[in-house]
Amino acid sequence: MTHSGALPAWAALLTAFLVLLGAGLTLLGAIGTLRFGSFFERVHAPTLGTSWGTGAIVLASIVCFSVLGSRPVANELLIGVFITVTTPVTLMLLARAALYRDRAEGKPGVPDRSVLRPPRGRDQGENGGDQ
Amino acid sequence: MTAIILLWSVTAAQAMLVAAMGCYTYRLIRGPRAQDRVLCLDAIYVSAMLLVLTVGIRAGSPIYFEAALIIAVLGFASSVALAKFLMRGEVIE
Repeated sequence: MTHSGALPAWAALLTAFLVLLGAGLTLLGAIGTLRFGSFFERVHAPTLGTSWGTGAIVLASIVCFSVLGSRPVANELLIGVFITVTTPVTLMLLARAALYRDRAEGKPGVPDRSVLRPPRGRDQGENGGDQ
Repeated sequence: MTAIILLWSVTAAQAMLVAAMGCYTYRLIRGPRAQDRVLCLDAIYVSAMLLVLTVGIRAGSPIYFEAALIIAVLGFASSVALAKFLMRGEVIE
């Protein structure tokens, strides 16, 4: 680290804390992935790394480069926003695919289709009420 | 002194991220079903992106930001493609 002498003490300590926080949360999510029993529990664990794991490391990068460059640098926010937006999309697609596969295999304990489609169920309920 | 603290914390963070990738790789290899493997691949992409960001902090060069952004975009695209394959590749809708 050739540049670390250029960072003032508060920026270096803040960067160090945020980097450690982000990496620790990511590691916790990974350990959770190892320990949880079923897929639908496991799908929650990596979000620890994609929410505050990414957020803390992105904040650390912003602090570091803003102080180094003597001007506000917010490029890394793009990564944070992108990860925050795309992770739920990926995981919901994956969970729906897993549910679909479980249902196709006829596994026990899979919820009924009517539970998963509340709009259709509500429409039917309203039609029933009209009749 | 603070420079040493920063150096060691970034090193420890990189070690933790590599350990996280190791955990995900173990689950990727052992994972009972295909959706576990896709989940772990997505999480490995995110961990690798965070690792590139910490390498950027360590090197003090903003050029690593672009690499991290590309890894994030490609990880999202590949995970969505794999999830769609799991959804439609096995049973004809």
